[in-house]
Amino acid sequence: MEEKDWPLWEVFIRSRTGLSHRHVGSLHAADAGMALQNARDLYTRRQEGISIWVVPSREIHASDPGERDAYFDPADDKIYRHPTFYDIPDEVEVL
Amino acid sequence: MYTQGLDQNGKDDTRPTATAEAELMARFQARIDAEEKIEPRDWMPDAYRKTLVRQISQHAHSEIVGMLPEGNWISRAPTLKRKLILMAKVQDEAGHGLYLYSAAETLGTPRAEMIEQLLDGRAKYSSIFNYPTLTWADVGAIGWLVDGAAIMNQIPLCRCSYGPYARAMVRVCREESFHQRQGYELMLALCRGTREQRRMAQDALDRWWWPSLMMFGPSDNESRHTAQSMAWKIKRFSNDELRQKFVDTTVPQADYLGLKVPDPDLHFDDESGHYRFGEIDWEEFFEVLKGNGPCNRERIEARRRAHEEGRWVREAARAYALKQKQRAAAAAA
Repeated sequence: MEEKDWPLWEVFIRSRTGLSHRHVGSLHAADAGMALQNARDLYTRRQEGISIWVVPSREIHASDPGERDAYFDPADDKIYRHPTFYDIPDEVEVL
Repeated sequence: MYTQGLDQNGKDDTRPTATAEAELMARFQARIDAEEKIEPRDWMPDAYRKTLVRQISQHAHSEIVGMLPEGNWISRAPTLKRKLILMAKVQDEAGHGLYLYSAAETLGTPRAEMIEQLLDGRAKYSSIFNYPTLTWADVGAIGWLVDGAAIMNQIPLCRCSYGPYARAMVRVCREESFHQRQGYELMLALCRGTREQRRMAQDALDRWWWPSLMMFGPSDNESRHTAQSMAWKIKRFSNDELRQKFVDTTVPQADYLGLKVPDPDLHFDDESGHYRFGEIDWEEFFEVLKGNGPCNRERIEARRRAHEEGRWVREAARAYALKQKQRAAAAAA
């Protein structure tokens, strides 16, 4: 039987309470349980995490880097979304 | 470090024309020059992709084969403490290999294909691992010298232009420092021990010194890949620059141990502030690279055996995963 790789999984780790999970890398595993165990052995050998997520890589959908500029440019000309856009006299406090 | 699973929207069918290609190339180089990181799905020249797959997979293979010479001593470590340290180190090497294989995979080459290239002898790995570990002192010499040389090579790679490789190297370097320190401490213990132990330490240095210098690769005027890799910021320093840096930092460490570096030409040059060292035996280097080193055959045979003996585990795990999935589906229906 011609054997191929086990499916690829993306690994996300929460390093401390209060922080969000962050992508740390990927690995191969036959199923989710094994992916979690392998992720623990591979990415948390030095107390790097307190919680792990694994996601099949094929389930990740991404924006197209080739269209990055056009895709994100709607945000470019909306400076009024930032607090520094507004002139407030210095005398006014706590604002 | 995702690759395969991304939405392509079937857009990749159109091959760029020659002018468009030149434009893409110019934009790519401009991004590199601006120190921007290149990510898996960004456009990149085929040669850049090929160079990286070759370099990262060779690097991964080196980590995996590198487990063998040290693994040789796990069952014979002199104390429980040393045994635990060595097991942790060898496990780290496996981890480094896995980080690197995942980084290489983001360029579109499946892992199974890279492993196949290693097992059938097409892919290279670091020549240093084709030397035998004859005594316990060799475990110290490897940590101190081989991992020390690896760190010199790897620190600049943390700034490599390819994002996944750079990020993998940050992890690797963070862990590598323990490897070098445990090696040096082991050598220190031997050098502070009996005459016999000191002799063993000196013998290990005698055998590992030159192969460690060879780890930086052929000298700059012989190296085929250096110029292009520098332009692409895959490489930041030349082989000879890194080798010199290694000698400059390592010789004083040998002095501290009271060991003698096996090079009659070695001396400190006041004018340049560098150690000058003798000619490397490049014939030996190329022979080992060609497969004629003391342990080339043994290393690959060990990898092949591990791969074959693990086959049933890989297949059983896959079959079990499939069965569980079918059961879950049946229960839900």
